[in-house]
This record gives sequence, structure tokens and C-alpha cells, in this order.
Amino acid sequence: MNVYQEELLDHYENPSNYGTLPNPDISHEEDNPLCGDKIRMDLLVEDDTIKLVRFCGHGCTISIAAASMLTEKIEGKTLTEVKNLTRDDILEMIGIPLGPVRVKCALLALKVLKAGAYGIKGWPGEEDE
Amino acid sequence: MTQKTMQTSDYRPLDVQAIRGDFPIFADTPPLAFLDSAASTQTPRPVVEAMDAYYDTYRSNIHRGIYRISEEATDQYEKARKKIANLINAPRTSQIVFTRNTTESINLVAYSWGSMNISEGDEIVLSDLEHHSNLVPWQMLAQRTGATLRYLEITDQGLLDFTQLQDILSEKTKLVAITHVSNVLGTINPIQSVIDAAHAAGAMVLVDAAQSVPHFHVDVQQLDCDFLAFSGHKMCGPTGVGVLYGKLDLLEEMPPFLGGGSMIRSVEREVSTYADVPAKFEAGTPSIAEAIGLGAAVDYISEAGLASIHVHEQELIKYAHDRLQDLEGIKIYGPAPHQKAGVISFNMEGIHPHDIAGILDTHNVAIRAGHHCAQPLMKKLDVIATARASFYLYNTIKDVDRLYEALQKAQALMIRRK
Repeated sequence: MNVYQEELLDHYENPSNYGTLPNPDISHEEDNPLCGDKIRMDLLVEDDTIKLVRFCGHGCTISIAAASMLTEKIEGKTLTEVKNLTRDDILEMIGIPLGPVRVKCALLALKVLKAGAYGIKGWPGEEDE
Repeated sequence: MTQKTMQTSDYRPLDVQAIRGDFPIFADTPPLAFLDSAASTQTPRPVVEAMDAYYDTYRSNIHRGIYRISEEATDQYEKARKKIANLINAPRTSQIVFTRNTTESINLVAYSWGSMNISEGDEIVLSDLEHHSNLVPWQMLAQRTGATLRYLEITDQGLLDFTQLQDILSEKTKLVAITHVSNVLGTINPIQSVIDAAHAAGAMVLVDAAQSVPHFHVDVQQLDCDFLAFSGHKMCGPTGVGVLYGKLDLLEEMPPFLGGGSMIRSVEREVSTYADVPAKFEAGTPSIAEAIGLGAAVDYISEAGLASIHVHEQELIKYAHDRLQDLEGIKIYGPAPHQKAGVISFNMEGIHPHDIAGILDTHNVAIRAGHHCAQPLMKKLDVIATARASFYLYNTIKDVDRLYEALQKAQALMIRRK
């Protein structure tokens, strides 16, 4: 299947939850040193539950679409549920096969989220390596 | 001494179809449009066959065996060195040191020559156009020694601002380390003028020739550069072998870089005496097959003719500029075609360079996207990344047409609703 299918392009062109929050409980930004893509995530959290999420940044179709889809997925979820999200969850969400370089594009948003919420440094799926 | 640089007297048009027949990777229909030779080139059959012959018929270690096939391996390895010396017109074959790649060649100089000659307060001059391989080793040296890095800037056209050189050079300048051709913009630097000015100021010059030696004649005697580094895998050779050329007196004075086998004359428990150059810098079993393959690659590009390769790439880059600038929203970086090598970096409004490369890949067109190991230059150009197409002797006008058509399709896909 083509990487540039409609659903991803729609997210890229009209990303969900794009923007920033004025007083976020959690705010974190990271870039992918391989390509310079940058994602920031702002969260409002009440009783461990994500009430509101916004993301912003710049990147390719995959990194922006993955961030957009991830924000839809996590709103209303608990931080614990976010912590348990894995590399495979994201790849399943993207729904198309990706080469090793583009996998990092897809995982950047989750990496930012876990680093912001839990200070987890590594790439999702490589934390123990 | 013959003046070889950029001469066109040995020019004859390339028989590109015959050349492409030597590269099995282009055998498909339609063929791969490979436009990333500035990163690494493809390998012609004669190079693979030369390495196969080593593995199949005389595989053995060099410089020590008493038996026939070891002598053969040593002979072929040293013949490759001789071919490289001839290619760049080195006065002596012993001035050719085999390394892993350009990066290792430059690190060798930064550690070995740098440790003897650079100290606090000294200055090393680089340019905005440097690849990380000719930047990070000098940063590390500066951090070890307290030396300072100075940068020659580029103009808005992507040309070296040569006028700054006189202001930057001083009695503090110990080394100018500069690329001959920019891997991002294709800019061909006025390397002779830089070398002459640096020498007049008493500084040494290292030339990063990774993007020049594969594409046109480079004559180290004419240039009078002190060091010159390049990689085999960017000139139809295999990965894992590169070259450092140095002036003989410098190489002889320099301490070894890596210690180990082959680089010694005698070893005692506390001290060793070292072998002569180039063995002094080739510790351990080297990339034997790869060096032999590089020798075959030198034969291959020499037979095609470096002047012919250069003219061919000039035609391709001019054609690429003419075609691509028609595309709406394209921004091409760097100087005009006649001032550069076969490299074209660009961005397209509304499409991330990763997406450009990703979409082109679905049309079997291979280009590079990213920062091209030149982050300071990206910052200077005020971009995150660029898309880059680069050419070599096997590319055709048709490859450029394929690039153009795939870029049109990328635009249709990504900018359809704007």
C-alpha cells in the first residue's frame, strides 16, 4: 500500500488538535535529529486523565499525521494508559508498512508524549536497548 | 608535471548506454533512476569482479605471507595504491594511505598531525560548506587543545566569500580545512586560491575531496595541498576504503594514529619503533578486497575519462536546472549550474523534503532528503532540510525527466486542495 494514502494526507492537511495550550500541566518538545522534524505536545491533566491535548511542530506527512492521530487517541485516556502505548500501537494506528527511517517519523509524537509525562528518554520500542 | 585539473583535452563523449550495461542495478525496465551518487555511487561489474577474483583465487593476508597467493594479494593491494597515486598525480605512491573513508582520513590528520601542531590560541579555518566529517574532527581537536575554529562564510549565491579569507588568516592560523565541492550545494570552491592564500599566511591546507576526485581531475602537485582526503564508495568503488594523501615530510613527522600490527618495525615490551609511511598509518589487516576494488574503480572512471565525466555531469545539471525551475513553488539552492558540480538541492513549497523523497521512491526515483550531514549549512540556508538529486557518469537526461515528472506527481498529490 502507498505511504501517501488518503487518511494520512487528510491528517497532514487538517491535523486534529493542532496548537498550544496557555497553561498546560505538561508541555514537552523534541526533535528527530535524523531529519529535524519537531513536535511539541501540551496537555491538561485532571486526576491522571488527559482533559485536553494540543500539538504543534513541523515535519513530514508521517510525523504530523501520527501526532494528529495520537492526540485523537489519547484525549480522555489516563496517563497510565499513555505510558502503556507501544511502538506497535502506533504502527497499527498508521496502518501501513514503514521503513526504519520513516518509523522514527511515526514514533516521534509518542516519544515526546512519554518523555513529557514520564521522562522516558528512548524511542518507543527501544527503551531497554 | 602535467596540468590535469579540469582540462578537457582528453574529452570524448561518454557512451552512457555502454556504461549503464556495466551496472546490473540498472537492468530493470523501467530502470531505477538513481540520483544519490553524492551519498554513495553504484558499483560496476569490473569492480565487483576484481574483488571476487581476490576472494575466489588469491584470498590471503598481505605483507607477511611467504606463499604465492599472499604475494599476489600484496601485489594487487600495492598496485591499487599506485593507481590512486597516478589518479591524483601524487609524487610518490607511499604518500597514499588507505583508510576506511574520508571521515577516517580527516580524523587521522586531526589526531596525528593535530596533536603535534595545534595548541591553545591556534586557529583552524573551516567554511560554511563543510560536511560534518570535515567539521566535527576539528571541533574535537579544538576542544582538546583550546584552539579556535573560524568559519569562511558563503554568499547568498552559495559561493565561498573569498574576500573574507584575507581577514580571517593570520599568524594564528595553523590549518585551513576546506571542502573542494559542497555535497549540498554542489559549489566548486576556488581551492587553488584558498591554498595559495593559506600558504602565504603560513598555514597548512587539508582538502576534503570526497565530492571532487570522483568527478574531475584533481592534481595534488598542481594544487600543492598538504593533505587531501576522499572515499572509495563515492567513485564506483566499494564501501570500507578511503584515501588520505599527504606531503611526504608531513606524513613522516606525524605520529601513528592507530597502533597495532603492520605499522611497526620492531616491538619491545615498553616501546616500539614504527614502520615507514604509509604502513605507519595502516595498523591491522586493512580492507584488502576493497582496496583492490577501489583500484579497479580508478581504472573504470579513468577509462571513461574524468574530463568526459565532468562534461557529462555539467550537461545533466544544466538540464536539471532548466527543467526543475519550471515547477511552481520550487526553490533551488546554491550557485548557477556552471559554478557547481552535479548536485541540485531544492525545496518545494508545501511539501516536506522527506515526503518529496518518499513519493519519488514510489516512482522508482532515488534522491536524498535531510540535512546531508551539514547542519550548520542548513541553518545558514534557514531550512530544516532539503531534497537533493546528484549525478554521476551513468545518469541520463531521461533520469532528469523522471525526476521532473515524479516531482509533478508529488505536487499533484500533496497540493491538490490548495
